[in-house]
Amino acid sequence: MNRAPLIFLGIFFALAFSWTGIVLTNQLAYGKLEPVYDEGDATSYPQSIPGVAAQGKLVYQDLGCIYCHTQQVRRPGYGGDIDRGWGERQSVARDYIRESRVLLGTMRTGPDLRNVGTRFAGDGGREWHIRHMYDPEITSPGSTMPKFKFLFETRKIVGEPSPKAVQRLLPASAQPPAGYELVLTERGNALIEYLLSLKDTYNYPEEASRVYVEPKKEEKAGAKPEASQPEGHK
Amino acid sequence: MASAPSLAASLSPATSSETVTRAELSEIDASTKAPAMFFLCSAILWLLAGTAFAIIASFKLHNPSFLGDSEWLTFGRVRTAHLNAVVYGWSVNASFAVALWLMARLARSVVRHSGLLMLAGALWNIGVTIGLYGILAGDSTSVEWLEMPTYATPMLFVAYALVGAWAVITFRFGKSEHIYVSQWYILAALFWFPWLYSVAQIMIIFAPARGTVQALVNWWFAHNVLGLWFTPIGLAAVYYFIPKVLGKPIHSYYLSVLGFWSLAIFYNWAGVHHLIGGPVPAWVITAGIAASFMMVVPVVVTAINHHLTMIGSFQALKFSPTLRFIVFGAVNYTLASLLGSLMADRGVSEVVHFTHATVGHSHHGLYGFFTMVMFGSIYYILPRILHREWPSAKLISLHFWTTAIGVIVMVVALSVVGTKQGLDMNNANVAFIDIVKGTLDGLRLRSYSGILMTIGHIAFAINFVWMVFTPRAENSAPTLFRNPDPDLEVTAR
Repeated sequence: MNRAPLIFLGIFFALAFSWTGIVLTNQLAYGKLEPVYDEGDATSYPQSIPGVAAQGKLVYQDLGCIYCHTQQVRRPGYGGDIDRGWGERQSVARDYIRESRVLLGTMRTGPDLRNVGTRFAGDGGREWHIRHMYDPEITSPGSTMPKFKFLFETRKIVGEPSPKAVQRLLPASAQPPAGYELVLTERGNALIEYLLSLKDTYNYPEEASRVYVEPKKEEKAGAKPEASQPEGHK
Repeated sequence: MASAPSLAASLSPATSSETVTRAELSEIDASTKAPAMFFLCSAILWLLAGTAFAIIASFKLHNPSFLGDSEWLTFGRVRTAHLNAVVYGWSVNASFAVALWLMARLARSVVRHSGLLMLAGALWNIGVTIGLYGILAGDSTSVEWLEMPTYATPMLFVAYALVGAWAVITFRFGKSEHIYVSQWYILAALFWFPWLYSVAQIMIIFAPARGTVQALVNWWFAHNVLGLWFTPIGLAAVYYFIPKVLGKPIHSYYLSVLGFWSLAIFYNWAGVHHLIGGPVPAWVITAGIAASFMMVVPVVVTAINHHLTMIGSFQALKFSPTLRFIVFGAVNYTLASLLGSLMADRGVSEVVHFTHATVGHSHHGLYGFFTMVMFGSIYYILPRILHREWPSAKLISLHFWTTAIGVIVMVVALSVVGTKQGLDMNNANVAFIDIVKGTLDGLRLRSYSGILMTIGHIAFAINFVWMVFTPRAENSAPTLFRNPDPDLEVTAR
């Protein structure tokens, strides 16, 4: 009674089944999605992120930000993502095609960051991130996010104080001794540039038919997406 | 053994002593001694390391300034180090030891050239060490369950392939003509894991697929590490040890066949439920949800089979440490799997996805089921290969109660607090910071349950070291929680 070959065949086909269905079929179906060229903007979307932001993504990866922050917006009516202002629309597969590493995430100890670049933008956004990274409780009292003080360095002022010094943004307890200044490290700066770059604002005509649109949506009070002037995460 | 008693009996490990002489078993056990001890020592060291990382990560969640200035121990890294230490360090090493020992016994095969096997084991552990160092140093890939950097993973693949090949060779050259259900599970697991691991490494890390195809591969892999590697190894042990300890055959041969094939077909599709609501094709998610629901079949079938085997023998739980751990694990396999099917429902997932409830669920499966079954197996295997008994029944008892209560408290705390977190998150009128504050009490409770489990692990490690360094005892009575006395039992009940 040697049924080993038969058992082995069964074992093989069991996994071949899902490998074909989940991996191969989808690779063939949308593994070659291309960016969309918008003639009005003369730009192709999704846009690639600037080099320093790409560096920052590596910092995001090595610090393990993904374990508390997702980068995916669920459709309106499914979860509170849109109501919280985490995006104007749901995330679609095309949003991720330029990313060599896709960081969807599975945990929201902190808010979703897929469109954090629209909530905190420009110099105001950068300054918010600097304060938040140095000590999250400065901007968000009660936050359990770790402090990332190791993304800052205290250095001696040589000649003129650097325009990049950040201590003016921080409370008295964070001030460096006289003759010294506090600056972001290269990694810290790159990480913040990456966060500022995160936004999916383009609406792909190709996706319009595939994106779920809620049939009727009542306006909820106070649920409008936040403007770029940062107040904090919803 | 409903309809084919002779067949079922012939396939049961409980009756194998009729055909296999004690001398032969002893020779087989002796041949597994060196590799099994190597993997068990490694496993226990990783268990302690992984527990330390777990405690640090857990305290950081409600007290972020704890070790807060260290980049190496920032939450995102230490949490990842915990996962990789307990998965690739503890769980895989324990699986290797238990699978090899079971395979040798069931196939009636002596493990040959165990030196090469231990070389593969050494390679595996060096790989895990390098990978963990890489994660703490900042080279994590940030792909869940595949965080180890590229300078560690090829080594792991080679080591795994060698160990797997050894187990298959042991099976192939065995004298037994019957293939017991435990062997099916082990063979399947050994074959499935390298396939999953190599595809995931290539399509996510070495030659990344475009866009969210990566996410599909990621969860196809990560859920199947549980479903097609740890679950089969755990079930193989349950199928072996319940009948073995009770000295009676498994209830139904046919149920175990049905359980095996339904698990093989449905489990490997289930992982997509981690992407419900995500930017991947809706049909794959629907298929994943359907498969998750279909998992009720193998789970219930297996539970019935185990329960009917246990019936009439529940008193044995009072005496046998192995049985107590194994049965606790088997019950939690049923519970965790059924809850998992429920959590894959779109409506439930809308709430519990992205919350601590998911973390609780993964501990329910990997700890409440798998790790407890491994503990039980080790309590049985070690006396057979070392020819001496566990020195302290009290320490075993402490180990059982701290880990059992610890994991229950952890799962309940995280499920409750995670559900609340999810409900609040879907209500945009609750400020995000208030959601965070609302989870703190549950997270503290989880830390305390972690301390309880740490005590259990230390008790286990002490007992293990004590046993290894005790000279071979002349007393060959097994270490039980108490001495079985049938008359006393009747009055006590």
